Amino acid sequence: MGMSKRGPGPGGFLTTTFNSLLGWGRKYSLFQYPFITACCGMEYMSAAAARFDLDRFGAGWTRFSPRQADMLLVVGTISQKQASVVRTVWEQMAEPKWVMAIGACAVSGGIYDNYAVVQGLDEIIPVDVYVPGCPPRPETILDALLKLQDKVQKQGHDWRWQKRKS
Amino acid sequence: MAETQILSEIRRLFPDKIREAFSLLGEDVVVAEPKAFLALARGLRDKPLNYALLLDLTCVDTLACQSCLEMVYTFYALDRNHRLRVKVPLPADDLSISSLAALWKNADWLEREVYDLFGVRFEGHPDLRRLFLYDGFEGHPLRKDYPLRKRQPTFPSRK
Repeated sequence: MGMSKRGPGPGGFLTTTFNSLLGWGRKYSLFQYPFITACCGMEYMSAAAARFDLDRFGAGWTRFSPRQADMLLVVGTISQKQASVVRTVWEQMAEPKWVMAIGACAVSGGIYDNYAVVQGLDEIIPVDVYVPGCPPRPETILDALLKLQDKVQKQGHDWRWQKRKS
Repeated sequence: MAETQILSEIRRLFPDKIREAFSLLGEDVVVAEPKAFLALARGLRDKPLNYALLLDLTCVDTLACQSCLEMVYTFYALDRNHRLRVKVPLPADDLSISSLAALWKNADWLEREVYDLFGVRFEGHPDLRRLFLYDGFEGHPLRKDYPLRKRQPTFPSRK
């Protein structure tokens, strides 16, 4: 994406592709839906609050309705009983949507290799970024957000007139 | 093993309802007769013993070593700050015991938990359903004979 870094050229304008413009817009306005089930939630709260401040990266809006959210943060252990709830929340989110699995439990089931716990969020829904740690430090969550932004910037975006053409 | 004053009192009051009574590491323990357990529990709750609180009830799987499930109850007497542990062995061919839900209301959910995870049937329980696990879950996972790696997902895995 060649937009902000170099600034406007000598003619006072800059060029880009529509896809990267869309990616640029979307990566800095990720509305998040925190699905918090366990102790990693404390680290998420720390990452979202003033000291570490997710808002600096444009992910400040916490939306407690999946209809309004772009990014699902699954923070903590997901039990088998809860699996269908997570799935429903994910299905309710409008496209485009991204998912972050935060903490060892959401990534792989963590220490809970037993009858009650889902062994990794990706058994239920597709995951974009995995954040390991038990719990992960807030910096790790910020790093994951930067990685997700990178992914959003580089991915192909789906917009309506592009869809009609194909 | 030493026997405290309370234990000799319990032994005197319920001679045919208990099998053993002893003190272990500062805790008074009574091993009860399964058939007479409800009568014993009522006797412990009422005066003069006055164990007004049921602190907890749980279960231990000793099927491998003693071929029984063992119910463990902890009662508490507020007036003299005393805890009493009551153990009730349940033979493997009859995993049932009287419900205490009529005597202590908190026994209701505690017994549902034990039913859910160990499969003990509580006779006289008002609503004996699973407490934690979901509908369609088969078996009782805290029993030693439940397969360690057995998984019962609510819907098929994406992988």
